Amino acid sequence: MKLLIKNGRIFDGKSATSRISDILIEDGIIVEIENEIESTGCEIIDAKEMYVLPGLVDAHCHLREPGFEYKEDIESGTRSAAKGGFTSIACMPNTNPVLDNEAMIMYIINKAKTDGIVNVYPIGAVTKGLKGEELSEIGEIKFAGAVALSDDGRPVNNSALMKKAMQYASMFDITIISHCEDLDLVDEGLMNEGYYSSILGLKGNPAPAEEVMIARDLILAEYTKATVHIAHVSTELGVDLIRNAKRRGVNVTAETCPHYFSLTEKACEGFNTNAKVNPPLRTQKDVEAIIEGLKDGTIDIISTDHAPHHIDEKNVEFKLAANGMVGFETAFPLAITYLVKPGHLTVEELVNKMCVNPSKMLGLNKGTIEIGKSADILIFDINEQYTVDTSTFESKSKNSPFDGFKLYGQPQYTIVNGNPIVREKVLL
Amino acid sequence: MNLKSKDLLGLRDISAEEIQYILETAKTMKYIVTSNNKKTAHLQGKSIITLFYENSTRTRLSFELASKYMGASAANISASSSSVSKGETLIDTGNTINMMGSDVVIIRHPMSGAPHLLAKNIKASVINAGDGMNEHPTQALLDMFTILEKKGTIKGLKIAIIGDILHSRVARSNIWGLTKLGAEVSISGPATLIPRDIDKLGVKVYSTVQEAILDADVVMGLRIQLERQKKGLFPTIREYSRFFGIDDKRLKLAKEDALVLHPGPVNRGVELASSVIDGEQSFINEQVTNGVAIRMALLYLLTRRGTNNEVTN
Repeated sequence: MKLLIKNGRIFDGKSATSRISDILIEDGIIVEIENEIESTGCEIIDAKEMYVLPGLVDAHCHLREPGFEYKEDIESGTRSAAKGGFTSIACMPNTNPVLDNEAMIMYIINKAKTDGIVNVYPIGAVTKGLKGEELSEIGEIKFAGAVALSDDGRPVNNSALMKKAMQYASMFDITIISHCEDLDLVDEGLMNEGYYSSILGLKGNPAPAEEVMIARDLILAEYTKATVHIAHVSTELGVDLIRNAKRRGVNVTAETCPHYFSLTEKACEGFNTNAKVNPPLRTQKDVEAIIEGLKDGTIDIISTDHAPHHIDEKNVEFKLAANGMVGFETAFPLAITYLVKPGHLTVEELVNKMCVNPSKMLGLNKGTIEIGKSADILIFDINEQYTVDTSTFESKSKNSPFDGFKLYGQPQYTIVNGNPIVREKVLL
Repeated sequence: MNLKSKDLLGLRDISAEEIQYILETAKTMKYIVTSNNKKTAHLQGKSIITLFYENSTRTRLSFELASKYMGASAANISASSSSVSKGETLIDTGNTINMMGSDVVIIRHPMSGAPHLLAKNIKASVINAGDGMNEHPTQALLDMFTILEKKGTIKGLKIAIIGDILHSRVARSNIWGLTKLGAEVSISGPATLIPRDIDKLGVKVYSTVQEAILDADVVMGLRIQLERQKKGLFPTIREYSRFFGIDDKRLKLAKEDALVLHPGPVNRGVELASSVIDGEQSFINEQVTNGVAIRMALLYLLTRRGTNNEVTN
């Protein structure tokens, strides 16, 4: 099967600038990138006046399978990812049972082969059952195919155990993705501690709850020389701490999520549970610091933290509502609208944050458009605006605070292994 | 004039004019409460439910009496004996009540925002009788009514609120209401019990009770929940009363004719000295009477929405 993408503006994730070229794909592999490719007997996509990027790579999502299929499963999760332009995704291990052993990692890999429509890479648990008590079988997990380790959803609270996890994981050359949260400081906080928590009478989760743990993990990473990735950074001081650690040569990468550069704590007004997320939405000052961190390279990656929840877990009292929001189908448009359109990042820089860097961090051979590589590609029109309608989400869940937002950057085509699974915005 | 919303969820959500209108209506209602014949027909044919997820004596009784004085059919559901203990959600419970034809649901809930959730999901009017740390609008309205009765105005008064502001829904509703009507509100209490950025609401935060009380027209104490001490928010009750309690000496810093208010029940000798509670400046007991009048006014205003009795400007 042959596919020819014509006249697109290509950011390949390798070169510093874009070029208008054609791309020829044969049997899922990119075979030619040239100004004018003539070919017969192939499907043609006219990408004139559109951008052609490597398919997006998400380093942090929740597919909820096994155990919570009423929220999402591998089939619906990967469909949601494809709709959002993602061609490779790494899913967190907080399932039931937890992905803390070889068999569970194999289960995800095999299930994704039958049910998934994008590439799925499991992340293994740092500790057994995410309990923060004993290390998982990290070596076996890695050799079974896990691309990173994380107890995401909870911190590894015990500092000594985190130090051992870093030392041990280093032997197997696998990154620990750290969910930074000091639970004592969180103290049952429900949203950012500040003006809005004060006026809504909701218990505050202070920024230091995140920052203290970021500091701890940076110190441990420096000491153990382990490779650590800080998940979902949301605060100004958190960005500063990572910036400083990078200057000191600590092996750290960091991510933020679209909601931390596009929303503030104000979104919780009216007890809006769709804006309840962990870490919580912060202040305008934090939003500006996150954007600055993305600009200066302190924050390497934009992840979705795709966290689907059933309506009955959100249409309840704020205190009882689950944390998290659906992420796949708005992540890229939010990045285009809030980072690229205002001039904070170029499209090429965004390719680094959403394709190249996450692929590197996870050790994947993805995130670039190159001859000989599998054809994972996203095509979009930067000038076309659309209105988010959560009822049309491919995800089983609709918990998004972005319903009704007017955004740019909706994917027109998502191509996985040379197969266009989203065509003219429609998922096949 | 009529109330814009079908519900009363908090004083943050309503205008100064609406607050004034409720207070004005309560004047008539107070006449009824204090008369020999406490029976009117304002709510005849109306069904009113009190749905209490937290223990309460005075607020619940106050609403029930207000309903009954005006001829409504009133019933009470308390969470422990309801389907809530069987795992029914708030929306399901609310909907069941709604389908039985209730006109007003009065809810008290330990979680902030619960009345808002209920109001969005049912047709009946919802009155917030206290939600978590958020608001307790009828308590603030009765406080404001008491101040208005004694002082004739709220505008320009200095009103000191002392104690656990962080967990106090009474304080939040009072801050919204009093500032809307032009009062200068000062607050003080242990730093661990002062909400972050509360000064952005236009209140003055003082590190000592003395400064907050100085020249005040009204001194309002708040109830201290004793379990806060166990959570490390202040060291001991003894230390609390020494640094943050209001005794005669501290009260003298306020204006000579300053009113002393407290939402009750008071921890005697902790928030307020007994001599202050029982002193001439204290109107704590009158607040209770005014509470019934305020609730009567509200029930009347909310239930006549959309009827021929509704007065529009």
